[in-house]
This record gives sequence, structure tokens and C-alpha cells, in this order.
Amino acid sequence: MTPIDWSEVLVLSLEVASLATAASLLPAVLVAWLLARCRFPGRTFLDALVHAPLVLPPVVVGYFLLLLFGAHGLIGRWLLESFGIRLAFTEAGAALAGAVMGFPLLVRSVRLGLDAVDRGLETAARSLGASPLDAFVTITLPLMLPGILAGLVLSFAACLGEFGATITFAANIPGETRTLTLAIYTALQTPGGEAVAARLVAVSLGLAVTALALAEWSNRRLRAWLHASC
Amino acid sequence: MEQPSPARLAACLVLSLDFTARRGDFTLEIAAELPARGITGVFGRSGAGKSTLIDSIAGVARPLRGRIALDDAVFVDIARRHWTPIEARRVGYVFQDAKLFPHLRVISNLRYGLRRAREAASGADWERVIEVMDLAALLQRWPNSLSGGERQRVAIARALLARPRLMLMDEPLASLDAPRKAEILHYLERLRDEYPLPVIYVSHSVDELVRVADHLLVLAGGRVLACGPFLELVADARLQPQLGRFEAGSVVECTVEAHDEALELSTLVFTGGRLRVPRLAVAIGTRLRARLRARDVALATRDPPDLSITNRVHGRIVELVARDGPYVDVVVDAAGTRLHALVTRESCARLALAPGRAVVALIKAVALDSRTVGYQRRAREDVEG
Repeated sequence: MTPIDWSEVLVLSLEVASLATAASLLPAVLVAWLLARCRFPGRTFLDALVHAPLVLPPVVVGYFLLLLFGAHGLIGRWLLESFGIRLAFTEAGAALAGAVMGFPLLVRSVRLGLDAVDRGLETAARSLGASPLDAFVTITLPLMLPGILAGLVLSFAACLGEFGATITFAANIPGETRTLTLAIYTALQTPGGEAVAARLVAVSLGLAVTALALAEWSNRRLRAWLHASC
Repeated sequence: MEQPSPARLAACLVLSLDFTARRGDFTLEIAAELPARGITGVFGRSGAGKSTLIDSIAGVARPLRGRIALDDAVFVDIARRHWTPIEARRVGYVFQDAKLFPHLRVISNLRYGLRRAREAASGADWERVIEVMDLAALLQRWPNSLSGGERQRVAIARALLARPRLMLMDEPLASLDAPRKAEILHYLERLRDEYPLPVIYVSHSVDELVRVADHLLVLAGGRVLACGPFLELVADARLQPQLGRFEAGSVVECTVEAHDEALELSTLVFTGGRLRVPRLAVAIGTRLRARLRARDVALATRDPPDLSITNRVHGRIVELVARDGPYVDVVVDAAGTRLHALVTRESCARLALAPGRAVVALIKAVALDSRTVGYQRRAREDVEG
């Protein structure tokens, strides 16, 4: 058993969570917009699909990820054969598992932010000559930033804490997919690993507090900017 | 109700409306041609279809059938599957609650439309709009720090700067208190006198429309009740129930003849007589509209001595129209100007008022104030074509 290096675990966890959050941002904005503004067949299905990770056991989500993205899975095989990309049991796979688990939280927050924007403002922008995309980018998007920011913090935190789907889909490979939670679990399973586990828990707590403080600070800055001199 | 004859409208540009639109259970059926110049008031109670009408013109609502066109620019033609999106219609839209972009300073709000306006489009230029709407001091402010009146001024200027072909105003004064309303009406008058831009002005207040409207479209229950020159319609007895009993009255176009500084009175002349009103802050020769509310007009069968009322207009009774309750609306013709007097049936009987009878209309000067006297005009030809 290799000793657990807390700094390596920390860096890996941050990498995985950042990658997951960054990659899910654009799809989340798109899905939130589709769900909030469009009526189309399959809308209910999309809504259920996005929210499934909230209600399914994480291990089950991991199982489905294996089915889809495993080396023999529907998408996994295509990715492997066409691009040589392997997701299962890799760091990117850990990010994928985290992204899927954090996605509903991100979508919900973004959608709340979107719903809070007065649609009349978009109409006003369009009457001033802006195309729908132009109006969305210049008016709606800036005004929904508080919702997006809250969603990013939530999904980042969810990624850091993700366990079940990750261990099922990406396993527990040191330096590759062993994130903080997996490392804490591993340490506790190892005889005499309590001290290591305690150190990792401290790192985890520090991370949470830092993330919350950062989110609070940027949220204040953002609101000050949006509602200047209010 | 009489529609304006096609010949009268043929001379000027036209906003032609012929469509059906539905919103919930409500159906709006419009067939009307509006002159695409001056200010056209759209009047109706709530639920008459005013917002649906304006949203259909703007491109926010899609009609079920029909066609909307401004001259040769077709906005929508359902039969030909033609649809021009909002941003390509070049229609300025001023909303009830301004809809300024809260994350942009006033100056950026104003530039939003300007930057997207077509290069070739002629129209309002920046400096002049800032001057006309008095915005120089507000440019660096945030929308949230503006008063309601200031917001509407910015909204109007923002719409103007996008170089629209047509301006839509949806009850722009509805969310303002009385002093702010007066302030914005003043700016609307400036807008109308400064720019040859056709404006569709939706309102449920006759007082507002008297100040600014050249034409009037009256809506009721999703149908056009009347459409034509403002002064003609507002004097039409058959429309009085729509315009409301206490709103009822006549609108008289007059010219400021003299000011009496010592007595603080101004004299207005109109065909049919003179009116003495509290001193108006306008130049002699200015044309304006005075609104004589029917309830402010009393009648006498001969010129009464020893009476405080100085405004006495001689005329002849044209007709008596029974109103709800004990009232009768007496229509008096004074050398071509129609006045309305709201009197009780009892008085009518006592004075034996009947069509053809010569009467004196008595109007208290204090009934004529800045609320009922307004609407400056620069030139006569702006008036009905």
C-alpha cells in the first residue's frame, strides 16, 4: 500500500472538481434556458434526466456511466475507437462522474437566476435592434450571474464530496482518481491510517471554508455591481 | 361609428392593421388604418385589448391571422407566411415601467440601441436627444438611482436613439404620480414637436391624450369602436359613455391672445369666444388645447348680471343627451365650436332647454388649469390633415 500524500490528493481533487465544473457550465446554461424558456416534446424527459442524479443512489449513477462510457459502452467504445479517449478509471472519468452528480445543482441554480430576470428587458433589448442571442448575452446573462455563481459553488462542492459514482466508474487509483473523499475512506480502511485520515479531513474542511468565503465575497461584489447605488 | 374616409388618409403614410390576435380567452379583432404621423392615442378600458394591439405591432405577440404593415414595410402577413422579428421592425417601444437595463449606466442604456441602429437610418442624433430630454446630468447614474420620471425620460430617449420608424408607448405614465406625469407629458410634447416620428400612445386617461394626441382609436371589448381625428371623436356625443361621464367634455383649440400680469390671467381666443384662465407660462400666439369638462360648464338663458363667472360663451343648443342618473348632457354650438354642459334634468325643465334655444355657457376660470390646458403646437399644419 502506497502512503497517502495529502498534497497530491488535494491537487488532484481540485483538478477534478475544476474540470468537472468548468465543463458542465455551458451545457448547464443551455439546459436551464431550454427548460425555462422552451416548450418542446421531450422537455419533461430532459428535466427528469437532468435531475435523476439527485434522486438515484450515486453508485447506480456510476453503474450507468460504466454502461455508457465504459470501454465497451455505447459512447465509450466510440470515444476509444475514434479518438483514443478512455474515460473509465481515469482522472477525466472522475471529473465526468463529479460533473454528472453536480449537474442538477448547477442547472437548478442557473435556472433560478434566469427566472429572476425580467423577460421584458429582453423584449426591450430586441426592440432596440438586438437579435435574440445578442439580447441574451448582453442583458440576460449578466443579470443571471448571481445564479450562475451560486450554481458553480454548489456543483464544485458536490464534486469534491462525490464518492459513490466516482468509485464505481473511475475506481480508486492513487494519483489518478483517488480524490479527497476516496483518500479519507482508504486511509480509514488502512490499519494505523487514522492520523492520515484526520489530516485529510482537515484539508477537506479548510477547502470548504475557503470555497464558501470566496463565493460569499464574489457574490457581494457581483450584487454590488448589478445593483449599484441601490 | 364613422371611420375616417380613405381619401383623408391617402395623403399620408399609413399604419395598416387588419388582424386577429388572441391572448388567453381574449380575442382582439382589428381593422383600422392609422396615419403614420403625429400621435395616435389608443384609448380603452382595461381589457379592451390595448396591450395586445401594441404587442402585435411590436412583434411580441403573433396574430392568428391578418396583416400588419407600416407603409410598404410588412411586419406580419400570416397568409403569406411573412414574419419580421422584433429587432428588424425598427419600432421603438416605451414600456409602462421603463425597462431600463439595471446593470448598465444611463449612458450605456442609451447607447444600446444607438450602436445597433442601422448606419443608414436617419433620425435623432445623440446631442439633440440628450438636450431635448434633459439627460446630461443623468448619464453616469445607474437606473436604480433614478426617479420614475427620470427613468421614463431615459427610456424614451433610448428608444429614440435606436432610430425607429414608429414609436409605441404603452401607458408610459401609468406608474407615475401626478407631478411626474405632468413632467413627462411636457417631454412628450417636446418629442412630438421635435421629431416627425409617428407615435402610438396607449392610455386609459383622456386627460393625457388631450395633451398629446392628434388621432384617436377607441377600443372596447377587443373591437374598434371609433377611429379618427382626436378633436372630432372627443366631441362625439356617442363616444361619451366610453370616455366616461366625468371625463366628458369638449376640447377647444385656442390661441393665447394676451397675458394680464397684474391679475395673473391669460386670455385665449377660439372660434366662438374668449376664455380667461389662470396665467399660463407660454408665449402669446401659442396654440393650445383647452379641455372644458362638461361638469364645469353651467348654462343660462340670458347673460346673468352680478355673477363672478367671467367666461361666457354665447351659443345655441344642438341636442340634449340623457345621461345616467339625474344628468343631461347639453351640446351647445358656439360659432362652430361644440361645448358640453352637464346639467340636471330638473334645471333642463326649469329653463325649458331645447334644441335651437340660445344660451350662454358659463365656465369658471378656476376650472381651467394646467391639467386641462396644454398641448403647445409649433405649426398649424401639424394638426389634422
